[in-house]
Amino acid sequence: MARRERTRPVPADAPWIVWTVVLPLLAAPVAFVLGRRGLAPFAAASSLGVAASVAALAWQVAAQGVQRHRLGGWGAPLGIELHADGLSVLMLVMTAVTGVVVSLHAHGTFGLGGHETREPSGRARFWPLWLFLWGGLNAVFLSADLFNLFVSLELVTLSAVALVALAATRVAVAAALQYLLAAMLGSLLYLLGVALVYATEGTLSLDELARGAPHASVAPPALALLTIGLALKTALFPLHFWLPPAHANAPTPVSALLSGLVVKASFYVLWRLWFQAFPGVAPFEASMLLAVLGTGAIVWGSVQALQATRLKSLVAYSTVAQLGYLFLVFPLVGGPGGLAAWQACAVFAVSHAFAKAAFFMAAGNIRLAAGHDRIADLDGIGARLPRSFFAVGLASVALMGLPPSGTFVAKWMMMRAALESGQAWLMVVMLLGGLFSAGYCFRVLARAFTPPTDTPLQPVPGSLDAAALALAVIALATGLFVAPALDLLAIGAPDVAGLGQDGPR
Amino acid sequence: MTLTLWYALTGVALLVVGVYGLVSRVHVLRQIMAVNIVGAGVFLVLVAGAHRRPSGAIDPVPHAMVLTGIVVAVSATAVALAFARRLRADADERTDGAAREDEARAG
Repeated sequence: MARRERTRPVPADAPWIVWTVVLPLLAAPVAFVLGRRGLAPFAAASSLGVAASVAALAWQVAAQGVQRHRLGGWGAPLGIELHADGLSVLMLVMTAVTGVVVSLHAHGTFGLGGHETREPSGRARFWPLWLFLWGGLNAVFLSADLFNLFVSLELVTLSAVALVALAATRVAVAAALQYLLAAMLGSLLYLLGVALVYATEGTLSLDELARGAPHASVAPPALALLTIGLALKTALFPLHFWLPPAHANAPTPVSALLSGLVVKASFYVLWRLWFQAFPGVAPFEASMLLAVLGTGAIVWGSVQALQATRLKSLVAYSTVAQLGYLFLVFPLVGGPGGLAAWQACAVFAVSHAFAKAAFFMAAGNIRLAAGHDRIADLDGIGARLPRSFFAVGLASVALMGLPPSGTFVAKWMMMRAALESGQAWLMVVMLLGGLFSAGYCFRVLARAFTPPTDTPLQPVPGSLDAAALALAVIALATGLFVAPALDLLAIGAPDVAGLGQDGPR
Repeated sequence: MTLTLWYALTGVALLVVGVYGLVSRVHVLRQIMAVNIVGAGVFLVLVAGAHRRPSGAIDPVPHAMVLTGIVVAVSATAVALAFARRLRADADERTDGAAREDEARAG
């Protein structure tokens, strides 16, 4: 312990990694007790404060490299260590950008009083839960050991589940309960995997696990348990049953946060475990199985989205489908072009977060205006709600993977990696998935060209349209910022190029 | 070691029972209980893993993990029970409403 203290001194000028986690966690209970009047300025200040500390941490990592901090001076195994490398920072930035814009949308939505939530106190409850969620997400992205990842994921799950229930309808509460039970089972399976890892490896730290040679007989089943638990939380097909009802019935800003960010948190943990903590432990067949399930997710999610009758259900099933892409990358990392596949996955996660959150906000605006979100009854909505509909269009372009969106660049990198490693069938799946997403997006876009009906529309506050449009534009523009993102990802990246089934560890 | 193994196997058995209960039962309360049985199984495996030092000393880390795990499980169970109560109250409201309508029709 003392030896590690000397070799890895904590830089004195590095409080940002701590503030990134602590600030939202401190702000959440304050928001809970704060009166109605002070809530809006406080929420705005704390959102911007968290975003600022993320920006400062990003600058620090870009300038000084990987940042580490042990809270209270306690190191592993009992203390909590935070660790920020390029991948963490990219995820934090994704969360902060989406979070700030969705906060703006939430301010408008919950300020309306009773349109989105049956309970007048929805607004007062949203902010503490969202700040807890934000703190939990940041903690997931910065945790350096298996157990803190568990605790952070639980914080994320509990606040996400409570946020779904804010809609206060019977369907939403039932969906929240189903989500909670599935997530609890997922985290307990994960915890059992952690128990096996600790019993055999004697450590929980991701770094130490990566350095040590894993116990050959126990590491694969432990990783399998961790993977099943996290796949359940990430809603990988066929474990996705809880996602569409929860995401479709939550209040709109919550849907955006859940579909854009929350599912990425458990995926991020899976990603870290496979390629950083346990490199080369999983056999190639296991990564192939994940890719096959990812293919199943793309097909099944798209088919459901093509048949959905409600706009928010369509967007929720689209999330099931898009999550499939993240799993297609597993057999590619480790092959030739594996580094590109690893980077592409991160870029895809980020641009999907922006596009999906924008899509959900725009869909919610349409639902707010029309009073329902039955796709068949939205005739002429493009002409009557041009701003919201334009946001739908931009987000659709990003979801389909057309340039200049980040999704386009990510898919292109994935396809190249698929060709280089001789797994061309993955490329076929990706192209097919793009066609599918075009199919369900055009189901919505077609409503712009039908003759308008004269059913009365509720006015949509400007801030709601502004939020949806802003994030849609960001989603579309991510492709232009892929180069700096790749530079950032290179900081502290694991050596995935040599991970292949044939390569040395 | 054999005793540890027994504990671990019992834990796994509880886990299997719980997962079976979760997927086979429709009633919300039974599902919540099933998840808690899964939790008990996992915690048993964790505690069994604490008995791993040759000197016979107990490793404190799994204990810390189990304590945290119990706190998490209790919180999640509380949230789940709150949802279940809410759903039950909604269902009661609905049946009451239906009953009143029936009375009105009969009267």
